[in-house]
This record gives sequence, C-alpha cells and structure tokens, in this order.
Amino acid sequence: MTGANPFAPTSLEGRSLASQGVAKAGFLVITLLLLIPALGIVGVLLVEGWPGMTLSFLLEKPRENGAAGGIATALVGTIWLTAVALVVALPVGVAAAIYLSEYARDNWLTRTINVAIVNLAGVPSIVHALFGVGAFVHFLQFGKSILAASCTLAVMTLPVVIVATRESLQAVPKAFREATWNLGATRWQTIWRIVLPNSGSGILTGLILVVCRAVGETAPIMFTGAVFFRQLFPNGVFDKTMALSLHLFNVSTQVTNVPRHVPFAVALTLILVVLSMNALAIWFRMRLRGRKKW
Amino acid sequence: MADSLSLKTRTTILNLPRHRAPAIEVQDLSLWYGTFQALHDVTLTIKSGIVTALIGPSGCGKSTLLRSCNRINERLGYVSTTGTVKVLGHDVYGPEASAIQVRRHVGMVFQRPNPLPLSIRDNVLFSHRLHAERKATRAEEEAMLEQALREVLLWDRVKDRLDRKATVLSLEEQQKLCIARLLPTKPSVLLMDEPCSALDPEATRAVENLIWDLRGHYSILIVTHNMAQARRASDECVFMLMGRVVEHSETEDMFVAPQKPETSEYIEGRFG
Repeated sequence: MTGANPFAPTSLEGRSLASQGVAKAGFLVITLLLLIPALGIVGVLLVEGWPGMTLSFLLEKPRENGAAGGIATALVGTIWLTAVALVVALPVGVAAAIYLSEYARDNWLTRTINVAIVNLAGVPSIVHALFGVGAFVHFLQFGKSILAASCTLAVMTLPVVIVATRESLQAVPKAFREATWNLGATRWQTIWRIVLPNSGSGILTGLILVVCRAVGETAPIMFTGAVFFRQLFPNGVFDKTMALSLHLFNVSTQVTNVPRHVPFAVALTLILVVLSMNALAIWFRMRLRGRKKW
Repeated sequence: MADSLSLKTRTTILNLPRHRAPAIEVQDLSLWYGTFQALHDVTLTIKSGIVTALIGPSGCGKSTLLRSCNRINERLGYVSTTGTVKVLGHDVYGPEASAIQVRRHVGMVFQRPNPLPLSIRDNVLFSHRLHAERKATRAEEEAMLEQALREVLLWDRVKDRLDRKATVLSLEEQQKLCIARLLPTKPSVLLMDEPCSALDPEATRAVENLIWDLRGHYSILIVTHNMAQARRASDECVFMLMGRVVEHSETEDMFVAPQKPETSEYIEGRFG
C-alpha cells in the first residue's frame, strides 16, 4: 500500500499531548502543595517541641497551671478518655450496625435511621459538647466526669463507627450467609458464628481509628469532663481529669509565663499519641487481613 | 456416550426399593415473587432413592421449584405460595412445620461451592452443632466427621488436614465438602442447584460419580442446564417450561421418545 502513513502522528495530536503534559504537571504541583502543611506542622513541632520532650516532662505532674512541671496527669487523662470512649462506642456501634446490616428491611424506619446517622455525622463538635452537658452531665447525673466526656465522644463518633462497622459486616460474602441458612441456622447463629469472627478485625480497627481521632478534639470534653488544671490522677470514671487537647489550648492561650517550648511539646505528644494509636490499628488490620482467605 | 454407559451400567446393580414412600410430593404449587407468578399449579411426585433431574430453559422455574422444597425462598421476603410441598410425607409449609427444621433436614448444594470460612472439621459438623440437643462427645464428632467425609469420597484426601481451612481445598473438593456437611443431620433428600456448573470437566465427572453413588441412600433432586449431564446422571427427568411441568418420565424415555413437542424441541436444542 502506498500514500501517507495513516499511523504517523498529526499536528493535532501533538497539541493534545502538549496540553495533557501541562495538565499533568499542574495537578502534580497542586498535589505537592498539600505536603506543605503536613511537613510544616510536623517540622515546626519537632524543631520547637523536641527540646521539651524529656522523660521528666512526660512523667511529672504539671505545676503552676502548666507553666512548670510535666504533663503526666493530662497524658493519663487522655488515655482514660480514649479507653472509656472505646468501651462505650463499641457495643452501641456494633449493635446498631448489626441491626442495620443484617436484620433491617428497606422500609421507612430504616431509611429514617440512615438519614439520622448521616445528619449526626454532620453535627459540629461544639453542638455535641452541649448535648453532652445536657444529656450526660445533668440528665443522667454523671456530673462533670470522664464518663460524661467519653460518652459525648462516643456519641460524636458513633455515625462513623456504625458506617465503618456496617461495611466490615457487608464485606463478608453473602454465600456464607446462604450456606448457613441452608443448614437451618438462624440469623443470629449466622452472625455469631460466621459474620462476626470474619469482620471483627475490621470493626475493631475502624473503631480505634475513629475514636482516637476524636480524642484529639477539645470542644466535646471541655464542658463535660476535662478540667483546666488538676494534679491528681483520675481514680475512676466519675473523676474529672486533665486532657492533652484542652491542656494545649490552655498553655497556648490562658496561662502566662509558659516556657516557649511547652505548647509545642504538648502538641507533639498529642499528635504522637493519636498517630501511634492509628499505627497500632493499621498494623493490627494488616496482620489480620493477611491471614484471612476465602 | 462412554460416560453415560459407565454410569448407567451401575443402575442395574443397585436394588431400588419400589415400595418406599415418595421423597417429595408437590401438589398444586403456585409461587409468586411479588406480583410475578413463577410457578403455576405444579404437581409432581419425586420418587425416593433415585436421582431426578429438573431441566428446562432459563427462567422456567426449576430453581424456584427446588428452592421451594426447603423454604429457602422465604428469605427473600416477598415470596408467596399456595399449594403444598410434602417431603417424606410431611407438609413443609404446614402450620406445624418450622422453616429452620425444614432447612436442617432438607439440605441444598449450590452452583458455586460455598464452604464456610472454617476448618474442614467445623464445616462438616456445623449443622450438627447448631441443632444437637446435647453436645456430641469428641468421639461422636470424630465418627460423624469420618462417616460424612467417607460418604463423599473425601476422607482419604483430607484426613491429615481436617483442621485446615476449607477454603484452601480445590473446587471439586469444596463441592464434595458442601455435600458432606449436609449429611450429619441425616437428611434423606438432597437438593442440588446446578452443582457442577462452576467445575471443570474432571471435577464434574467426579461430582457426578459421587451423586450417583449417593442415590439409594438419598433421594436427589438436581437442577441442571446440561442436557448431557441430565441424560447420563439421572434416573428420571422433569422438563419445565414457563413455570409449569411439561413432562416427567424416566430419563431414557424422555431423551429417546419425548411425549410432548416442546420437550423434543428443547432436547434437540431448538430453544433454551
């Protein structure tokens, strides 16, 4: 065959390739911009806060409203808040997710519940805080306490916990459910023996990720259980406590004569606590997922 | 053809009891999915101790009929039925029948092998553990396990790895395991919904041979798309069309001398 080669590049194609190149480079630059805040935050905290990150800073109790001493009571308080919030959110979130995923039919009630969950996720944390004051501190008479603060955190995170749990449950193949029904199992026997054992890791990981993020929040705990300054470690869930997030706010803005490195060191500790919990959850998930096979 | 001969020659060896009560009696069964009627006044008697194949084009209602026999259809929630289905003389839709007990005694094997994500041992013992009035002793469980796996010709292949996950088995072994796990609750009727269609030819042959071995002890109702399979691995054949039973006869008669024009057209491959 003679004539022009139909497969040779045309000038039009050259232009589209050029604009494609520009687009690609532009998107790359914008994506790289995202690194600035991420690296900036970590960098500044490390440079400014590292000199203050000593063992005694972590292990000593604060003095002079936080201007001197360490952060031990705040660190322990944050751990308390996290643990209790996890314990509250787990049963409620999993029960609701099991109902929605395994039992609920598609009717107006289910649809209403789903809409409510989505809306609950959109409520600002300060509004959750006020709800917590009304519901847990006053109505249930928990007082201003770890329990009230953790319940508030749990309510705030429940929508995400439910959605994450429901996804884990629905990731269990339908064929297993059909198989057990055919052997005469009830829904609950199916859930208990097959669905939960195969989604437990996903549920737990999702829960830890969500709740630990919430623990970094200040608003939901400042009216419900966290205090400005306290030198005692909490003795139980009805005690008040200090917490890292609120302590950070205080040493940054409320207390005078705070050494320059202290707020940075508190922020660094807070980030490390949350990140290490997340890392733990992710490691946990990878380990369990590696073993799963169907 | 060689296959069909090797299977059929064994028919003569098997001494079929002629007097046993029918395995399944379907009387005037109509079934609706919502407003769509999938079965129209089906009346059918499945004999005990033989393999009966349900054949027909897609959407003719054969799977629906199969699923009505152990009430698994009800899971969908929008299914309504009229008429009766008697298994071993008892109405499965009767006021005294519980769907759970029906499913426990009348097991089903699916198109895709669906072993549970448990060990081979736990798969086989799963339904017994669900339903037993008292917990079986270790020795009883071992005996049950061995018997069920021997019946499906799997024992020698898996006896050294009973605690391994069932999902690591080959598809053929998985499908055999799915049959084995129905056996400890002593069903005498086995329902199979295209049990070989996800398997390769070798595995298909192995599972067909197994089904053929199980007849006599069990009454087997099998849905198949595969004409050759129906012909070589069933004693009787039921041809369905548009939710109705068109013809029911001994397999050899149906393939050699079908009574109805629709049957012969379908068998010859003119539709479906």
